[in-house]
Formats: sequence, structure tokens, C-alpha cells
Amino acid sequence: MSNLPPNPYNNFPGPPQVNANTAPPTFNHNQQFGQVPVSQLPPGYGGIKQDPNSNSPLHAPSPAAQNHVLQNVNNYSQSASSSPAFNQPGMMPPPLKHNLQSSPMRPPMSTAPNSLPNPLPPQNVPMSSASPRTVPNANSSPAPYPPSYHPPQRQINDNAPPLIPSSQTSQPLVNGPPSSLPPNGPPQSQYPVSSSAYSSLPGSKPPSSGYGPGLINTPYTPPPGQVAKPPGPAMPSQPPIQFSGAPVSGPPRNSPLVPGPPVGGPPGGMQGFNGPPQNQGPPRQVGLNGPNVSGPSVLPPGPPKPMGHPQPPMGQPPAPMGLASGPPMGPGAPPQQQYPGQYRNGPQGPPVGPSVQPTGLGPSAGHMPPPSNFGGPQNPPAGSQMPPMGQQSLPPMGHQMGPPPGPIVQTGAGVKSNMQNRYPQMAAAPGNYPNHQANQPPIPSLSQQQANIMKQFPQQHLTQQMGQLSVTKQGFDQLWGHHMVDLLQCKHILPEYPEDPPEIKLAHQFADSSNCSPEVFRCTINRIPETNNLLQKSRLPLGILIHPFKDLNHLPVIQCATIVRCRACRTYINPFVYFVDAKRWKCNLCYRVNDLPEEFQYDPVSKSYGDPTRRPEIKSATIEFIAPGEYMLRPPQPAVYLFLFDVSQLARESGYLQVACDTLKANLEALPGDARTQIGIICYDAHVHYYLMSEGLTRPKEMTVLDIDDVFLPSPSSLLVNLSERRELVRELLTVLPARYSTPSTPSSALGAALQAAYKLMAPTGGRITVFQTCLPNVGPGALQPREDPNARSSKEVAHLNPATDFYKRLALDCSGAQIAVDLFLLNSQYADLASLSGMSKFSAGTVYHIPLFRASRPHHAEQLNRMLTRYLTRKIGFEAVMRVRCTRGISIHTFHGNFFVRSTDLLSLPNVSPDAGFGMQLTIEESLSDLQQVCFQAALLYTSSKGERRIRVHTLALPTASNLTDVLHAADTQCIIGLLSKMAVDRCMSASMSEAREAVMNVAVDALSAFRLAQNLPAGANSSALHAPHSLRLLPLYLLALLKRKAFRTGTSTRLDDRVWDMCNVKVSPLSVLLRAVYPDLYPVHQLAQYLPAHEEDDEHTPDPPRLQLTAERINSTGAYLLDDGESMILYVCHAVSPAFLSETFGLTAFSQLPDELRSLPRVDSEGSALLHAFIDKLNDDRPYASDILILRDNSPSRTLFTERLVEDRVESAFSYYEFLQHVKNQVK
Amino acid sequence: MAFSFPAFSYIIALIVDAFLIFFSIFHVIAFDELKTDYKNPIDQCNSLNPLVLPEYLLHLLINVLFLLSGEWFSLLINIPLILYHLHRYYTRPVMSGPGLYDPTSIMNADVLTVCQREGWIKLAFYLLSFFLYLYGMIVVLIAA
Repeated sequence: MSNLPPNPYNNFPGPPQVNANTAPPTFNHNQQFGQVPVSQLPPGYGGIKQDPNSNSPLHAPSPAAQNHVLQNVNNYSQSASSSPAFNQPGMMPPPLKHNLQSSPMRPPMSTAPNSLPNPLPPQNVPMSSASPRTVPNANSSPAPYPPSYHPPQRQINDNAPPLIPSSQTSQPLVNGPPSSLPPNGPPQSQYPVSSSAYSSLPGSKPPSSGYGPGLINTPYTPPPGQVAKPPGPAMPSQPPIQFSGAPVSGPPRNSPLVPGPPVGGPPGGMQGFNGPPQNQGPPRQVGLNGPNVSGPSVLPPGPPKPMGHPQPPMGQPPAPMGLASGPPMGPGAPPQQQYPGQYRNGPQGPPVGPSVQPTGLGPSAGHMPPPSNFGGPQNPPAGSQMPPMGQQSLPPMGHQMGPPPGPIVQTGAGVKSNMQNRYPQMAAAPGNYPNHQANQPPIPSLSQQQANIMKQFPQQHLTQQMGQLSVTKQGFDQLWGHHMVDLLQCKHILPEYPEDPPEIKLAHQFADSSNCSPEVFRCTINRIPETNNLLQKSRLPLGILIHPFKDLNHLPVIQCATIVRCRACRTYINPFVYFVDAKRWKCNLCYRVNDLPEEFQYDPVSKSYGDPTRRPEIKSATIEFIAPGEYMLRPPQPAVYLFLFDVSQLARESGYLQVACDTLKANLEALPGDARTQIGIICYDAHVHYYLMSEGLTRPKEMTVLDIDDVFLPSPSSLLVNLSERRELVRELLTVLPARYSTPSTPSSALGAALQAAYKLMAPTGGRITVFQTCLPNVGPGALQPREDPNARSSKEVAHLNPATDFYKRLALDCSGAQIAVDLFLLNSQYADLASLSGMSKFSAGTVYHIPLFRASRPHHAEQLNRMLTRYLTRKIGFEAVMRVRCTRGISIHTFHGNFFVRSTDLLSLPNVSPDAGFGMQLTIEESLSDLQQVCFQAALLYTSSKGERRIRVHTLALPTASNLTDVLHAADTQCIIGLLSKMAVDRCMSASMSEAREAVMNVAVDALSAFRLAQNLPAGANSSALHAPHSLRLLPLYLLALLKRKAFRTGTSTRLDDRVWDMCNVKVSPLSVLLRAVYPDLYPVHQLAQYLPAHEEDDEHTPDPPRLQLTAERINSTGAYLLDDGESMILYVCHAVSPAFLSETFGLTAFSQLPDELRSLPRVDSEGSALLHAFIDKLNDDRPYASDILILRDNSPSRTLFTERLVEDRVESAFSYYEFLQHVKNQVK
Repeated sequence: MAFSFPAFSYIIALIVDAFLIFFSIFHVIAFDELKTDYKNPIDQCNSLNPLVLPEYLLHLLINVLFLLSGEWFSLLINIPLILYHLHRYYTRPVMSGPGLYDPTSIMNADVLTVCQREGWIKLAFYLLSFFLYLYGMIVVLIAA
């Protein structure tokens, strides 16, 4: 989203991953929470933090005081992956010693782990001998520390920074004067008890007074010896908003994390890190200097309060605090209003005056009849000419609002009264809306619509009386986002700049709570229908899309003795729970009242007991815990990577091996993992070739197993070797492999046998298998037959979308049970039956990559593979993961979409989880939700980081409910609907047929618009000249049409079966942002980039920001050049009449004819135009996993169809144009 | 009171039907366990799949007996179930082993509901037919 920091994926080439598990990333996390200060640590400190998770007994000795602290407080540990705990093999043993045989050990106090059942057979429970409580503490103080160093210090440091940032940056803006309001303000009112506690705090503890804004800033000063907390203050540099959608700007979470360059070594890295990321620099230094100094200097905004308190340890809760403190909403009023209730007027209004007669009224601009009145002939007024709706609509509103809708006889008292009551509130509310509408300036439709409405009011006699009312209503409608759009009239319906997803407006009690970022968690309807009946009436799909392991720039990480969870349903405590009193909380999913552990009332920031709402768990809807021992069934596994290379004849011809080996060799260092990381390589053609890299060998030794029907491992112990110990051997092997397999060979490929061997090799540990396949496996187990009929590539019905054998699925299930994921790189030049092969990735939570017709001799293919592979190898990875999705009682999960194995009704088994994987769930409403104010979803992902830490990432989303159809329809989230629908359509293709799936997709538009027609009492589609859609759904037909023209679903255009299946695989696993871009690519005019430069040049970014164009040839001007970006590739389409200046600036050419038919890279020319274009493309590439391909086409080149086929709004043979599609839909609407 | 072939068929049918009732009870329980999270779907499918064909064959067996003994009414009421079984097995997911249940799709709420409902309906059917066979057996014996 626009708000987000530019690059979620900035990691791209390697080290620079934000969250990545690699060492550098570690630091990032730390920074979030405070930078901890590795730098601050004493020299003795061994490099990487040794921390937290290690169970080493050493910690026990820590002073009692510390223990106390630990128990009470969370340690915010630095992040995730970095924790060294398991880095060294040596570390592991301790846990083992103490292992209890019983699988799910539960320490007495600990909560039962049942929620996250381990996939693994109960082996050793890595409980440290020490009681669970002690463990955390122990961890924090690694032996190396001098006595003085303690976890506590660390904690402090960690926590501190985030807080500050938040206060400084975002809060003020959002909340208004931060100082005046204590962050907790809102919550207090809600929870009386807590509030009292809160009040008491100030007196008792020094920090408390500071608590409001002060808290955040408070630099609590630890004893001199100790590490200073990182002065959060660094904030200023922080990216403004963490979560774009979320009401709260989350800046606070961690400042540091900015996607900066990867940090180098741990300690050094830290500092280095600080430097670049503007934010952190200062704080850390401060920390180093000593708390006292740092506090004041660093924290300008908040009154730094030195904490003299004996207990150094408490970190202040990091980022989350910041979040919480800043009330998301605008100044006051808006949040409190209850959306649902108020809105009633809107919808009801229409029925009042609803005469269907299409009487055209004279154009009376002043009157805006209720939308329901449409029926008449639409006015020609082109919407496009009208000013953007935002402007138009709002002004009238204000205007209208002034005079209360006086005498409305007809409408009925109810309506009138509502309006009056609401009026004042509404006025206050506008603040919120601007955002909503501001983004959509380009939408002419509204204006059009209004014009239409005005003219068409059917009942003239009512007109006078209704006038004011309707106008007012119109205003309200727009305020609430309840306006309609006439799709037929509105040609330019696509907003020029991407819109934020619809805002979620919770009841006032939780209006200030931070909700999960829409990039992570999103629901198709932002107000959940109260009953299943209502949902059926709306005919919208209900579901959620989740991107759980997304690289986040701000992620609070917590380590605490007890993770607070509901005793009944095991829900993690979250921002949407109710606090009954200071000691108890009520679960928001099952409504059980639970006790709050003593330590949860401890506020690490103020070091006082009391209001539990100050905890980071309550302040942030996305949080990560470092799991204690009871969340492990066996010691966390090491990172194990196994590569399977196809070396059959076709593979040798394609030449991929050279590219793959080179890339792998270049990224060996960057593979996420710790000292235990293992790696292995197997090649296969008609036989399976193993490579022995055991100790003592100077060169890798090849062993070939000829028997492929019953594969065995010739030497199980030395096929997988420790990467750090055998790095040279591995390099050597990667160097010689391509040459070794350069000579012609047999055309057979025994993939099945190789996979079985790989499974045997990996089964004891789990890990990741990466398969490179270039042809149809045709010998041994899992052999397949070619079954594609090339003549049927464009037929209406597509056969063979389902696997031919369940061999790969069974293998995947075995792998899943052994915690192995299989990723497939399919680089085929002919049919390879991806429909069958993809089973190996689908059910083992792997990923399928596909480069059709791959030839390493084509540089762009080689580069693409290199980029893909580099991202793949270096991105963050989580092992032996499970994800559980819990829903408020009454809602259950119907179907899951994505790559995984469903282990129980709400539990997904994910042997590996990657930051590029998204999931979807369809939901059903089983019980009435009418007595609920809100509905919550919580996704908890338990995984082992590449550093061997067990972690739990929890996302919580809360949504309000809606009791009437209009509200539901207006709260629909079109983008999310498209995301979910496309996944459902893929399932339908598999289970039924392509034509049925296409039919179903088309019907979605018909159904939704029919429901809207019913809700608004509009004339049936066939009888009307207009096709009305709620504003929220106005893009639905457009996206649906685009979806139908995707490779996965198109018919009538020749599409290779493998390409189609791969597109389907992609649809199932892509996160929403990627999916949307692939469905409806962005088209930008790039011939005059300079005119789109941002107005203020203060930001160093000198990148243009051109508007998006609709995908129709109408928008292509022969004097222009256009960039079409679908995520996978970018096509720069240069038209023949483009200005010579552009040609020379961009390509260094003087004439159009000099441009080659296809150009695969954009030349760098020393000119401003070229610089701008490159900057723009770089900016586009920032937010995706790896940079896209570039293809430059002339508009008369033979391959221009690559471009024109993406213009989805135009008619192509056998497929509707957008207008035709609308007509079709209109005729079906009833 | 001669012991005729029809009587023999009914006696066999009664015994077989008792087994079928056990099968369907097991089926219902198994899906209930799946729904409530007690079992891993892979294990559950592994235990259910081997039972599918035996159940179908047993059911077919008694109908063959009915056919041979000319018990048309009993045969008639069983024919729909036979057809259903055939249909079910022809449309099963791609699997290398015998059986119907695919661990990767069985957790889908629709599939789960269908399977559970199927279990209950079959249980009811087998119970009713048990009494029918009992009645039929007595009638046949008395008539003889």
C-alpha cells in the first residue's frame, strides 16, 4: 500500500533481508525493539547474541532481582532469527539432557501447548532442567556476560526504542497533541479498573507520571553499568506508517527496521546498521554512552525520566506501545460513532421515494434524490468531465448538512429523526473520510452518478420535499462510503493511484486498538454479516486472506515467561480482549473469562503494576513471541537444504545447471541458517547420482545408484554435510557439476526415485528440498506420460488439470510428516505435466517456480532464473511450522487455499513457511452473530527460525458486524474478493470443469449486483438503462473480467497446459498484492515522466509517480510509451509516433525504426529521462520479491501481442470486452 | 419348515448386515473424530480406506444372494445403494491404493459434511434393512 515503506521485499538480493534470518536481519529486529544493543554489550559478549533461546543452565545464577524481572517482564528480544541460541551445536545438548520423554511436556505453570500441536512425533522435549520461568531468564544472560550484564539490561534496551519513536512520529499526527492525552486514554474509560490502576501508578512509580506521552519517550535510565536503553527517540526517521491500512499509524514499532541494507556481523552489524538507517543511529550511541546521557539527548519529545529503579531489566515494551498510544482515529469523534447503527438512514432512504418509473427529471442540480430512484435514462453527462467525486461530494454535504432536513413528510419520522441525530456526528466525522475519497480523485463515476440522480428523480411531486432530504442523504451516503456508481456510465473507473483497502471501523470501545495490517490479514467483507442468511442475501464470498510470514518492517518481538492464552480456546491475548478487571480478561473468541498472570500487569515501561493494557500484546495486533520449551516437541531443527538437479538430456540442452550452480555458489554464505546448517546435492537422469563430501575427502566423490525402483542411500551420513565445515567441498562440487554434465546423455529422468532418495535422506531432520526439473519424468517410480493435446490448447474445455498419479501427492504427505518442504523449479521446454508434479509442492508447503521454454543461452532467461533463485535462497525461512487460524465462536473455516497440508479443521501443517506465501480461507457463519459487536480472527504461526529459535507470530484481526444488507454490500472489499474468488475458481476448475468455473466467476458479478439491486430496490437490470453498483464493488466486474482473461482461466487463446497449471498454482499461493497485479496489471504512461515528479523535492526520492491507466487500447496514444507491469514482467511498449526526444533520452536512438523488435534490457543513457525511467522502474521493483523482467516492444513488432493481450478491457476473439461484459451482467441482474 | 435357499440368503444377509452396521458406525465415529481434531487425517484415511471395498463387496454379496434366490423386493430396495456405491467409486480422487478418502481434501468442510451425512444415512439404512431381512427370513421360513 501506499503508506507502507517502499520495500517490503527490499531484501532482494541477498543479505539485505529485513527480517531475514541471516545475521544481519537479526539486527533489524533488535532495532525494532530496542536496539539492543549488541553494540552496547560488553566486549566479552560473544559476537552474536547468545541469547535468549538457549536453554543453557548458566543463566540460573542470575541474581534474584533479575529473575524477578524476567518473570514479570517480557524481554523483548531482538528478533527473530538471529537468536544464537541454537547456533552452535554445543548449545543444543543442554536441552537434550533434560528432555522429557513425554511429548507435550507442560511445565506446571505453562499453558498447554495444544493449540500448536507439533507435527513431529513426540521426541525430546527440550525443556531445560530449569523451570520454564527460569529459562527465559537464563537465556537472556549468557554465560559470557559479566555478572553485571543481564538480560534485564538487554531487555531494557530492546524495549525502549520503539516507544519513543512512536510518540514522536506518528502519534502526534494521528492523535493530536500527544502530550495532552495519555496513550491509554481510551482504554481507561473502558476498563475502569485498569484506569484506576493507571492513575495510581504515577504516584508510586516515577515512570508512571511520564506515562502518557512520557512513557514512550521515557528513557528509562538503567544503572550506569548497564546498557542504556536505546533511546527510542531516534524515531524521526521512521517510516511514517507501518501498516498502511490500519488506522493507527504504527510507526512506533521499530524504528530501525527500515529495510536498510543488511547488517553485517552481529555487533559490528548493529552499529553499521544504525548508521545507515537514519533512525537508530543516535539511540544506540546513547545506549553506549550510558543511560543518563542518552536519555535526555535522545528523547526530545518526551520528558526523559531516568529510572533509578533498581530493576534495570524491564525493557519498555517496544513498538507496540507506540501504537497503542496513538489513537488511530482522527480527532475524536469519528471513532466513537458506531458505524452500523448510524448508517441506517442511508439505505432506508431509498425505499422511501422509490418509484421505479424512469421519469427523467429536469436536471435539477440542487436535488439529489436517493439513489433508488434511478431508473430513468442516464444522463449523458460524462462522468469524466466532472470533478473528482471527493471534491464534489463533500462540499455539497457540508452545505446540505447545515440545514437540517426539515419537513420531510413522506419519508417518515424515523428517517428524519435519524438524520437529525446523526447530523452532528457526521459533521465531526468528515475527517475520516477524506482519506477514503482523496485517493480516488479520478473517479468520475460518482459525479456522473450524482448528476444522473438529480435528473432522474421519478416522482416530481415529491421532489420539492425530498430535495433537501435526498441531498442530505446523498451527503451521508458519501460520508459513509455508501454511494453508488453507474458502471455503464463510468468509463474511467479505475482509480489512478492505488486505493487503500476499506477502513475497518470498530465499535468505539476498540476504535483505538490497532488492527492487523491489511497487507497481512484481510477479509472480503469488512463488516461481517450477522447471520448466514444475510450473507446469502449479499451473495458475496466470505473469507480471509492472510500473508502470515510477510517480511515486516516493524515487528514487536517478545520473550516472556508465560505467553498469556485463553484456557479454553488457546487464543493468544490480543488487543481486542475485554478486561473484566485488572486481574481477569475475557477472551474475544470464546468469551471465557481468564485470569491474568501477575506478571502481565507489570508494565515494563513504567515498572509498575497495574493497567494491563500497556503491554505490547495489547497494543499490537501483530506480534511475535519467542516460544518457551513447551512449544517444542523436539529440539528445533537445523536448516537443512537439499538440491536435486535434473541432468537428463533436455536439462543439459537447456543449460540451466550452470546458472543454478553459479547462483547457489554465490549465495552459499547467504543461506539462512546457523552453524548447524546442512547442505546436500543429488543429480539424477536415468540414475541417481549422490555426492559424498565426507571428512577427509579433498574432492566430492560421486556415487551412482543404478537401481531406481528401489532407491537406497549409499552413505547416509556424508551426503548431507555441514555447510560451514565443508564449504570448500561444496563450492568445488558446484563448480565441477556443470562441466560434468555437459555431454549428451539419455533422455530419461528418474525424478520419482530421486525424490524418494531425498526423502530418505532428509526424513530424520526435516528441511527443504529444491528440485530443478526440465522434462517429464519418464522412468522409475512416478513416471508420467505426456497427455497434453497441443491441438486442444485453445478449446473451451481444458482436460488434464488434475494429477495423473498420486505418487507426488503421497510423497509430499510423507515429506510433510517429516517436516520437509519440496520446492520445484520447472524449467521445461516441452510438456512436463506440472499438474501432476505440482503435487509435491502443494501438499508440502513448497512453491512452484516456472520459466517456460527455458534456455540458459537467452540472457534474459538466465537472469530471471538468477534473480528468482537468489531471492529464493536468501529469503527468510521458517521450518517445521504450523499455523492455526481461530475465529470467533459462530464462524468456522470452510476451506483452505494455498500450499500446505490441512491437519485438522483449523490447523495447517507447513514444513517450511516463506515470506512469499499467502493463504486464503473461506468462512461460514454457523451461528447468529447478532449479539456480538465484533468478530475476530487470529492466525498463529509457530515456526522454527533458521537460527533454531522457536517463535510464534500472531496476527489478530477484528471486524465489526453488520445487520443489514446495504451495510454488508458497502463494506465489501473488492480486491480481497477477487483474491479469494480466484482461488475458489481454481478449485472449481479442478473439481468440476473450466467452463463451470468461468461461469461461476461471471455469476459473482451478477449475484453481487443483484443483491445490491434488491437492497436498494432498484429496477431490474434488463429494465433499466443503468447498472448500479455500490462504490465498494464498482471495480468488481472489471477485475472479474481481467481474471477470466488470465492464463489460468482463459479459453479461446492458445495456452500451454503447463503455463495454465502454473498460473493456477500461483493464484493459490500468491499474496493478495501480487495476485492483483497479475490479474489487472498496472499500466503507466512513461513518455512524460517528468511531469509526474512529486511536487516537493524534499524527499530525496526523485522518482516520478505516474497515474495508472486502464487496460484498454483507448488509453494508448500513438505518441506515447507505456509500461505494463504485471509483477512477473514489465513490458515497455513504445508507439511509433513517440517523440524523438524520448527515444534519444531513453534509448539513445534517433529513430523509431532503430529500435529492435524485442529488447530485453533497458539501456542506461546519460540523460534525465533515462534516469527518471530507471528510478521509476526501480521503485516498482522495490516491493516485490525479486525484480521483474523487462521487455521493450515496438508497436509494430511481431510480438506486440504480448502487450496487447494484456489489455483486458478490449475485446479479443471469444472474450468479452469490458462494456460487453457489463451489458451481459446487466441483463442477468434480476 | 425346510431350509430353503432364500432362507439361507436372509440368514447370510443378517450376518453381513450386522457387519455393515459396524462399518457405518465406525465411519461415523471416524469422521466425528476428524471434525473434532482428535485424529490426523492421514491416519484416519489410512484406517478408513481399506474398509471401503470390503463394505461395498459385502453389500454386493447379499444382493447377489437375493438375486439368485429371487427375493426381488429386498433386491430392489438395495439397488439404489449399489448404484450409489458404483458412482462413488468411479468418481473417487486419483489414488494409487484402494479407497475413497484423500487426506488432502477430506478436511474440506463440504467433503467432511458429505461423508458424515453419508455415514448416518447408511447406518439408518442398514439398521432398517436388518429388520427387513429378519422379517424376510421369518416369512420365508414360515412359508416353507
